[in-house]
Amino acid sequence: MKNPEPVISLRNLEARYGEVSIIKDINLDILPGEISIILGGSGSGKTTLLKNILRLEEPWSGSVKYWGEEVVGMDELRFEDILRKIGVVFQGGALLNSISVFENVAIPLEQHTHLSPSAIERMVRVKLNLVRLAYAMYQFPAELSGGMKKRVALARALALDPQILFCDEPTAGLDPLTAAALDDLLLDLRAKLKMTIVVVTHDLASIHRLADRVFFIDGQSLLFSGTLGEAKASGIPAIETFFRSGRYG
Amino acid sequence: MPQISAVGNTLVLAGEITAATVPRLQKELSHVLRQKKVSHLDASGIARMDSAGVAFWEELVLKLSKRGPLTIQPASEEIRGVLDSFRSLDLEDVPRPREPGWLERIGGSVVDFWSSFKDSLYLASDVFYWSIVGIWDRHAARKGSLAHQCIVLGQTALPIVGLLSFIVGFIISLQGAIPLRDLGGGHYLANILAFGMVNELAPLFTAIIVAGRSGSAIASEIATMKVTEELDALRMMALNPVRYVVVPKFHALTLMMPLLVTFSILLGELGGAIIALGYLGISPEVFISRSVSVLGLSDFLITYAKSIVFAWLIVIIGAHYGFRVAGGAEGVGRSTTSSVVASILAVIIADAVFSLLYL
Repeated sequence: MKNPEPVISLRNLEARYGEVSIIKDINLDILPGEISIILGGSGSGKTTLLKNILRLEEPWSGSVKYWGEEVVGMDELRFEDILRKIGVVFQGGALLNSISVFENVAIPLEQHTHLSPSAIERMVRVKLNLVRLAYAMYQFPAELSGGMKKRVALARALALDPQILFCDEPTAGLDPLTAAALDDLLLDLRAKLKMTIVVVTHDLASIHRLADRVFFIDGQSLLFSGTLGEAKASGIPAIETFFRSGRYG
Repeated sequence: MPQISAVGNTLVLAGEITAATVPRLQKELSHVLRQKKVSHLDASGIARMDSAGVAFWEELVLKLSKRGPLTIQPASEEIRGVLDSFRSLDLEDVPRPREPGWLERIGGSVVDFWSSFKDSLYLASDVFYWSIVGIWDRHAARKGSLAHQCIVLGQTALPIVGLLSFIVGFIISLQGAIPLRDLGGGHYLANILAFGMVNELAPLFTAIIVAGRSGSAIASEIATMKVTEELDALRMMALNPVRYVVVPKFHALTLMMPLLVTFSILLGELGGAIIALGYLGISPEVFISRSVSVLGLSDFLITYAKSIVFAWLIVIIGAHYGFRVAGGAEGVGRSTTSSVVASILAVIIADAVFSLLYL
């Protein structure tokens, strides 16, 4: 069966810090409705790759396309139209500390829609309920645990009903139960909202729970792309070591 | 394209009901509802819906239900799935935290102030105790920490203290020179400037600059250490954070403040001398002799005592706000701001007390 059109495609992507190449020759396609995992050892360039896909850092060379549209070199205003269709959960949550949980989730709705305050309030409550945190809507980020902060960040990322959700190390620093609950939440959201989800992680348990497709970064380049089963059966030593030991790098 | 229309008593919603189309639909809806009485809602023509569309739908259903009995022609299965995913009607209301009244706010401020004041007194006693112990028992101090703090808190403040004092001396002399010359008392400028700089301006200006510069640095450094658990780590290594972090700053600023004040006096005098010598034509000898004649040893002793008290206030208040930080990075900013405001206020009050005591 022919694969559907990718929602994101990277071609010959290279990222550098100064003269040092961090990743190069990255070619990959993110397919709609799938959970794609970008994995690799510490310092392999996973987060750099994510930042380049999101244009938080401008790629040194190569191409990044969203829904077939090239975004490298695209002007900021046009790229904002694309940003409205994606949501990002940062590693530490990156909530705005000076405002409440409710206001954190309401920000994108207030800034990018012309909805009435009552509709916005209703939507914020729904999004917080999706991450099971409706009860904490009037609390401030400083009053939340690490896991709660990540769930609020997820609710904020979902505020505008994104078509693609990016999560940078969503389970980092969480206990196994909270991490599993967050993974279940992502699976639930994918099922309900039919989103494409891209997760950067090296948490093996999460990879096993979530992955439809994995992209293994090693030695600055993409070592493997395919399903989790294919990755395990690939016979590539670095990947075998990763899955056998649970650690890498 | 979204559509909203009324056929008889039926309100028909069709097309895309999304964040982009809801504001327009809301306007059209109020127009339609003014003209028709709706008792049936047809959602079968909705092609696409997002969470904003669901919020709009739910508000519409609630509004129409209040007006009378309402029947609904269901949407497609796909849209029903979306309605189900973003359903808010059966969510429990979360009560908003109650805002305190004005009396409670005033009471809270008083209690906060009193508790903060008590804490700072406790901290001050701790700092004084460890600073005296620390003079003889140096083994718990980091090697070179005193010199390092002298450079950070004192030496690096020299340029700004010098520049501002020079400008202040220059401006005061400029403002005073014209009326003094008109009154035939131009040579008194040296007396006025020397007396003002030594007794009031130099210690006060220096303290305000140091409070803004070094006091904020002390507060933010300690607050950041608390937020990042460095202070807890020190405690767990059986190191007293006050002794390890605050006392070197306390010693350093106690030493450096009189030096900064001296520097401020000299630069202020230099600024004034330019006007006295250049504009009023006073000779350097007269300027110096008149400046010295108006000052006694007690003036310098009080000024240096004052500057040391200011230094203590700045360090203790900075450390106090650093230690009581709450709320992560945001809290660090708040603590820093509060410490600067409180130290400047404390310095000015202390200056007023000194002025009253040594009139």
